[in-house]
Amino acid sequence: MIKDITFGQYFKANSYIHKLDPRAKILLLILLIALSFIATNFVSLACVVFFVLLLMFFSGIPVRMYLKNLKVVIPIIIFTAILNVFYGDPDTLLLFSYWKINIYLGGVLRAVFMAVRVILLIVISSALTYTTTPNDLTDSIERLLKPLKFLGLGQAVHTMSMMMTIALRFIPTLIEETNKIMNAQKARGADIESGGLVKKVKALLPIIIPLLISAVRRAYELAEAMECRCYNGGKGRVRMKQLHISWRDVLAFVITSIFFSGVILSNIFIQFGVI
Amino acid sequence: MDEIIKLNNVSFDYESDDASFKVLENFNLVFERGTFNVILGHNGSGKSTLAKLLNGLIKPASGSVSVNGLLTSDEKNDFQIKKTVGIVFQNPDNQLVSSIVEEDVAFGPENLGFSPEEIRTRVDSALKAVNMYEHREHPTHKLSGGQKQRVAIAGIIAMEPECIVLDETTAMLDPIGRKEVIDTIKCLNKEKNITVILITHFMEEAEFADRVLVMSDGEITADGTPTDVFSDVEKIRAAGLDVPQTTDLLDCLKKQGYNVSSSVISSQLCVDELDKLIKSKRK
Repeated sequence: MIKDITFGQYFKANSYIHKLDPRAKILLLILLIALSFIATNFVSLACVVFFVLLLMFFSGIPVRMYLKNLKVVIPIIIFTAILNVFYGDPDTLLLFSYWKINIYLGGVLRAVFMAVRVILLIVISSALTYTTTPNDLTDSIERLLKPLKFLGLGQAVHTMSMMMTIALRFIPTLIEETNKIMNAQKARGADIESGGLVKKVKALLPIIIPLLISAVRRAYELAEAMECRCYNGGKGRVRMKQLHISWRDVLAFVITSIFFSGVILSNIFIQFGVI
Repeated sequence: MDEIIKLNNVSFDYESDDASFKVLENFNLVFERGTFNVILGHNGSGKSTLAKLLNGLIKPASGSVSVNGLLTSDEKNDFQIKKTVGIVFQNPDNQLVSSIVEEDVAFGPENLGFSPEEIRTRVDSALKAVNMYEHREHPTHKLSGGQKQRVAIAGIIAMEPECIVLDETTAMLDPIGRKEVIDTIKCLNKEKNITVILITHFMEEAEFADRVLVMSDGEITADGTPTDVFSDVEKIRAAGLDVPQTTDLLDCLKKQGYNVSSSVISSQLCVDELDKLIKSKRK
């Protein structure tokens, strides 16, 4: 059961998106998410959808991988869509009325918009995590947040990124350990899988407590090993892998900016299907 | 020969809630540069405490530890001492920092603040030295125990220390992994002239040492070349250790009145010794 958890989501391929600088990818992700929320009419939304389809194509990731991630959030999409149906603008066309429930055209449009936005959100963030290794991600978050050192937060940024690196490193180790402890408890006759919710939660205690104790011991040993390797909180630390902005990143930014202005222009000038 | 690490009248005790427990008392020891030292001892003999004292991870309660003449008790020397003496620990899972092999090896040199090109060269040569270069882009959790431990050793040698302390580094490995690690260390000692201090309870690993020390209850009970130390089988048993099987066999024969030397450790030399004995009987 626990073996199913994959380590990060990275999907190895050699696409244009894979080769982008991870920092550029994070910035573009933020820009795209903003874009899908800025789009307020069907033409601009179609623009964003088209752009995200392009992104999917150039990421070299099979479509089923995106669908796999979408499948998980289907309940959320349905839930938000249904809620939005009932909150339509009463000035628009009344489609359906029964007892106190009135459904307006505005509500249906809003529901469609929200559903599309959530789907875009998932696809965009999947594209980032599929094409970037976890280490590149934490590393570039640290680099992007570097300007915070002028606010005296330089140490905090480094500590956070170090914590993320170590957390990623220990996920497989702790999963393996959990399996070992589960087997050990099962061998002693512990019943983990049957019973109601309360019983199941109680049955988890003999697994969680040894796991926590061992994690603390591991942390202590790791701290000693890091100290032996001259780690002193990131002072004077130089990274082996330096990142470079290439023509690809510039091109990606140019294309995104064109779409961005397209969406804003259509927001202003087109009045069809406006929410 | 000049000395690299010197322990002078060192005492150390662990404080627990109700009592303090003396681990080392008035302990004196000197390690020579470029030598291969093996410290043998059973659990609780104080050998891990000794390892941590060697690079200032813990400070002596009294007495002094000096590395290349620098005292570990002085905080200013901390960085220099940790750069000179690297320690590899027992559990490989708890000493790797990054999830990618080459990034983990780069961790030490990155902390020392070299240029990215210099770090790259050091990482590559360290990985080649432990024979893990072709695995440099692999995730660490997919490696075997012996491979992980070799990556941990690479992480230390990428810092180019003058001395490596291996604290029970082979204890959790299978025989194949153990051999990989020991071969790597032997090679580093011979080719790079790195001082090695190998702490273990496997007798066979002492075979290749220049000097073997047996520790028992915080004291050195035997000190010398492997041949010297293993000739005194009773003393080793008194320290709670098993003698190598070869030594055990020859010692039994010797007690039965056969003319053999019992200080042989390697199985090849043991075979030669038995061969000699059989041939002399036939005559």
